[in-house]
Amino acid sequence: MAKQELLKVEGLKQYFPIKGGFLGRTVNHVKAVDDISFTIYEGETVSIVGESGCGKSTTGRSILRLEEPTEGKVEFQGVDLATISKRQMRDYRKDLQIIFQDPYASINPRQTVASVLNEAMEIQNVLPANKRRARIEELLETVGLLPYQADRFPHEFSGGQRQRIGIARALSVDPKLIICDEAVSALDVSIQAQVLNLLEDLQEQYNLTYLFISHDLGVVRHISDRIIVMYLGKIVEIADKHSLFENPQHPYTKALLSAIPVPDPDKKKERIVLKGDVPSPIDPPAGCRFHTRCPFATDKCRTEEPKLRTSDLMKEGHEAACHYMEEISAGAMQPNY
Amino acid sequence: MISKDNVLEVRNLQTSFSTDKGEVRAVDGVSFDVPKGKTIGIVGESGSGKSITSLSILRLLAENGKIKGGEIRYKGEDLTKVSEKRMRELRGNEISMIFQEPMTSLNPVYTVGQQISEALISHQGMNKKQAMVRSVELLKLVGIPSPEKRVKAYPFELSGGMRQRVMIAMSLACDPEILIADEPTTALDVTIQAQILELIKDLQERLGMSVIFITHDLGVVAETCDYVAVMYAGQVVEYSDIRTLFKQPKHPYSIGLLNSLPRHDIDQEKLMPIKGNVPSPHEMPTGCRFAPRCPAATDLCRAKMPELMTDDSGNQIRCWIYSDEWPGEKEVNVYGETRIAKG
Ligand SMILES: Nc1ncnc2c1ncn2[C@@H]1O[C@H](COP(=O)(O)OP(=O)(O)OP(=O)(O)O)[C@@H](O)[C@H]1O
Ligand SMILES: Nc1ncnc2c1ncn2[C@@H]1O[C@H](COP(=O)(O)OP(=O)(O)O)[C@@H](O)[C@H]1O
Ligand code: SF4
Ligand code: SF4
Ligand SMILES: [Mg+2]
Ligand SMILES: [Mg+2]
Repeated sequence: MAKQELLKVEGLKQYFPIKGGFLGRTVNHVKAVDDISFTIYEGETVSIVGESGCGKSTTGRSILRLEEPTEGKVEFQGVDLATISKRQMRDYRKDLQIIFQDPYASINPRQTVASVLNEAMEIQNVLPANKRRARIEELLETVGLLPYQADRFPHEFSGGQRQRIGIARALSVDPKLIICDEAVSALDVSIQAQVLNLLEDLQEQYNLTYLFISHDLGVVRHISDRIIVMYLGKIVEIADKHSLFENPQHPYTKALLSAIPVPDPDKKKERIVLKGDVPSPIDPPAGCRFHTRCPFATDKCRTEEPKLRTSDLMKEGHEAACHYMEEISAGAMQPNY
Repeated sequence: MISKDNVLEVRNLQTSFSTDKGEVRAVDGVSFDVPKGKTIGIVGESGSGKSITSLSILRLLAENGKIKGGEIRYKGEDLTKVSEKRMRELRGNEISMIFQEPMTSLNPVYTVGQQISEALISHQGMNKKQAMVRSVELLKLVGIPSPEKRVKAYPFELSGGMRQRVMIAMSLACDPEILIADEPTTALDVTIQAQILELIKDLQERLGMSVIFITHDLGVVAETCDYVAVMYAGQVVEYSDIRTLFKQPKHPYSIGLLNSLPRHDIDQEKLMPIKGNVPSPHEMPTGCRFAPRCPAATDLCRAKMPELMTDDSGNQIRCWIYSDEWPGEKEVNVYGETRIAKG
């Protein structure tokens, strides 16, 4: 079966103005997302990983126009969501849902679960009112809760259960794409595993597509088909899961993977400890944005921006943005720690 | 335990809070040893009592909290019994602590140097000038670039990783015997976490201190600890050397926890979650606290709470499977793994 494009992001930029001076003029911009492009196919799970502040959540929010993108196209089934009217966009919210990290913050504490779900369906005109109660109970069962819990309030649930309510709410409008922004990050491992399995089962059952945003590479390896690595508002590498974990090409990806502690005391591994902190996205470094921390940086890196590209060492669809991938892999360049 | 040179021994610690809903027994049966110069990990899910255990050791509990029983033996003294004055001497001088969110424990209106100096002046009787010199040294020790300049910085001028380094510098100010680190890297990015973990390890080797490392990250435990106490619902359910915990975990909860963990370093089929939720502190099961979720639970488990038992290798386990009273099969299936019962 040919892969169907579902969402195509092209040249997406999201700059937030920084006001300053006594006139409150825009003095600068936070370049939260700076010219990124990628495609998501129907039924797959694409993850965005990277350290805090690299632009993961902003990407998700711009796709949904929770934030008006500064520039770029967001094509959903061929329609550019970035240019349609706000009214039309509201209709598309039915197809594109989002689940957030904090199940507390995203659910109104004064509403029962049933009214939370009912409201979501009402806004999108899903089902006649008299059919909704049955659907709500069915949804609760789908996400592993009990029908009688429909009339309870959010504070009567545990964190994991509240995340299930968030999932039920997203599902209630029959979406095609669900953006999961750190959706399991706040959960304890034993509960996180329950929710991850649930998301996988639902994907199969309803042919859902996920854009999965997370800083946890363990979770990402588990759930993803393809992975995007971001650094300071840019995509530095994109690959299918297997290539990314087994054959990373960008020095940042390599450092990121090597920094994660392994839950196996017998696996002693080479760790690349990066120097310094992530620079500010207000005045990001010129050239390659990673050059201030990269052990391979040269003068060229400090002035010339590397573009995403592939090399002979990479499988189809695997791209990274580094001038020296070939030289580094061949051992022709030595790291300078 | 096999006799070791322990600097700290916690025995059956019980700490409760009085709330308007009644007594919350946050810690109710915690025992472990801290051998000299070693790192012990305390792992467990949110609310399992990790932080309350460490706050009990330092006697820094909130107003409504109280140590109700057990012993905390530090070099022959029982910290549950010593005077508040003695406790003040010990805090900072011999046992110090770093917290998860450095911003909340650093004072925003004082410079980094003023805050480190404070500890040196009050605990070590230095004068202002000596303390400032020592502060610069400490910042250098924890790898802060241009320490002479940074000593004059305010906390908000530093990144999260740097603030955590400052916290570590402060906690080392008085050369402690024991450093308690409560989730010191949880709020940090992995590449920064790697820097801090390396720093703690390096300092420990150089200064010979013992570390109690509280975390919910099993990867961090595997890489930094020598021994580990697994907590569940206010109790230690397993205490062992880390190889045993990761290679041959005994307690069904430990086995379940490791099976639920999505790994970045290997491919896994489906995850095997532990079903259900942790019990509410107001409705603790009468028997084994894990029984409502345990795949191997028997009637005995539901009726009677198992004690923490020491096995031949010196490790400790709180589970009926490993006792003579086990009423079930000899070969017990726990989350697809087989464990041999003692009975
Ligand atoms: N001041 C207090 N009053 C009442 N209950 C409290 C108080 N402080 C903590 N508790 C309860 O004690 C239990 C243990 O809390 P503790 O902070 O030790 O958990 P933890 O294991 O450190 O969890 P986390 O991983 O979330 O930090 C929890 O049920 C908590 O709600
Ligand atoms: N509304 C906003 N106004 C100004 N800056 C913002 C806003 N939202 C996000 N940012 C900044 O944009 C950058 C990317 O943020 P975000 O996408 O939330 O990162 P991530 O989700 O990867 O942690 C950060 O520097 C953040 O502080
Ligand atoms: S382009 Fe240069 S600085 Fe950037 S990752 Fe490659 S080697 Fe490092
Ligand atoms: S005592 Fe029983 S219920 Fe508790 S962990 Fe052991 S087998 Fe499971
Ligand atoms: Mg985010
Ligand atoms: Mg805690």
